[in-house]
Amino acid sequence: MKFGTEIVLLSLFAFAALVAAGFGVDETFRQHMWVLFFTVAGFTVILMRNTEFKPAAPIDPTAYMDGPVRYGAIATMFWGVVGMLVGVVIALQLAYPDLNIPPWFNFGRLRPLHTSGVVFAFGGNALLCTSLYVVQRTCRARLFGGSLAWFVFWGYQLFIVMAATGYLLGITESREYAEPEWYVDLWLTIVWVAYLLLFLGTILKRKEPHIYVANWFYLSFIVTIAMLHVVNNLSMPASFLGSKSYSAFSGVQDALTQWWYGHNAVGFFLTAGFLGMMYYFVPKQANRPVFSYRLSIIHFWAIIFLYIWAGPHHLHYTALPDWAQTLGMAFSIMLWMPSWGGMINGVMTLSGAWDKLRTDPIIRMMVMAVAFYGMSTFEGPMMSIKAVNSLSHYTDWTIGHVHSGALGWVGMISFGAIYYMVPKLWNRDRLYSLRLVTWHFWLATLGIVVYAAVMWVSGIMQGLMWREYDEQGFLVYSFAETVAAMHPYYVMRAIGGAMYLSGALIMAWNVAMTIRGYQRKEQPLPGSVPALQPAE
Amino acid sequence: MDYNLMREFADSWGLLAMALFFIGCIAFALRPGSRRQADEAARVPLEED
Repeated sequence: MKFGTEIVLLSLFAFAALVAAGFGVDETFRQHMWVLFFTVAGFTVILMRNTEFKPAAPIDPTAYMDGPVRYGAIATMFWGVVGMLVGVVIALQLAYPDLNIPPWFNFGRLRPLHTSGVVFAFGGNALLCTSLYVVQRTCRARLFGGSLAWFVFWGYQLFIVMAATGYLLGITESREYAEPEWYVDLWLTIVWVAYLLLFLGTILKRKEPHIYVANWFYLSFIVTIAMLHVVNNLSMPASFLGSKSYSAFSGVQDALTQWWYGHNAVGFFLTAGFLGMMYYFVPKQANRPVFSYRLSIIHFWAIIFLYIWAGPHHLHYTALPDWAQTLGMAFSIMLWMPSWGGMINGVMTLSGAWDKLRTDPIIRMMVMAVAFYGMSTFEGPMMSIKAVNSLSHYTDWTIGHVHSGALGWVGMISFGAIYYMVPKLWNRDRLYSLRLVTWHFWLATLGIVVYAAVMWVSGIMQGLMWREYDEQGFLVYSFAETVAAMHPYYVMRAIGGAMYLSGALIMAWNVAMTIRGYQRKEQPLPGSVPALQPAE
Repeated sequence: MDYNLMREFADSWGLLAMALFFIGCIAFALRPGSRRQADEAARVPLEED
């Protein structure tokens, strides 16, 4: 029977959620368990309606398992649009505070929804589906473990749903980028271990003797996130049927644990994982091998050895010992070298094929992503220097920096990878429209430029206003005055974000039409078809 | 095993071991004769779909 075991286990899971909804010790936990119950019960019903009693068709063990990759590509697109939409909403809430709708849609609850939505839901699904796509093709092996990949995919979506609804209900650990409470953390740990087994198992049964460098990056991302997630979330629940837990650490140790996690989430989730994407999809789209394979190996080891120490730069001028702050700063500056080595490696992959930048909007998107990788990995170490940090810390400059990395690097390389994969996954000759990719490229690029430039201006203004003294040593501006001064920048930032979001909506349309098998009738892009020469 | 002991280990033998491992990785990547292997490895994703 198809899905037999799954239906039984999911029914038990839904029943457990129902019991927890009944016996929960606090109101928000009971509400959250109702969400879990309806989600799991609904999923069980869908499986029951799709079950069959015929013997299952035999599985070709040599064919790639692309079902979870296809679902992952759609999930990436879906969560991307949701996460970016919430981002535009909270940008508008900052500009127009009347848009806060208590209690569920206040800025304080929507902000983690945005950050987790774009980082873990959009970025996480992009990493999940591309890693499963890449590992099969570079190992020439089907995914390990039968339907394990389906468990990882759906388990991860359940994590996203539980995290997102928890934030809106007001359940939070208040740890940056790790807000979900203990029971959601435990669920993610189970899913993540399954993901590690799936990925490692596929590498172990590979038919290609060499493990291609993209898989190294993906594997380091999976292993490091497992370690970071477990240590950062060490906590004791106040009740096993309640939504509140207390961290195992206190004071500055807790702060450092949190930023050791936080910065390495940037380093291994948002950087190493997406570098894996770069090392596969840029060579594929350009149809050329990576510029220097040996440089990519040095890039890998340097990132591994340096990134893990950079976290303390988030705690400059705090109770953290001075030597630890300086250590964080020194390692952040050293990261310049591998980051730029990697960027050069990515861009130079196009050497000898620069014309593709003009004719192929997908490669243009990927190169723009790598350029933003170089830009934000230059800016980041500079901001980690204590003297610069004393101006930039706690200001909008930091927000601008994060977004040039997140929108520019993570977003653009994921878009490029999805544009590359979708026609292949659904056996289409090409995308629905390449002209729409060009539109997406320009909307996204201009949106980032508006966003980052506006945040530089407002952040530096904010930092200078905070530290402005008069001749008698009094602060010149009250906090509310600095907020009022930033209103025009907040409005412009929302416009930049809306441009980026509209690009993503165009992409969603383009991808949906490609999946449905349409091809838009359009003039080919200039240069993509050789111009006919008149006969002489 | 207290903090001071771990700290002392971290900035002596631990540091040395990690630095040597890192230098070893780079030296191995750049060893004579690695170019041909690296060029082959770089073609892995291009061979088929």
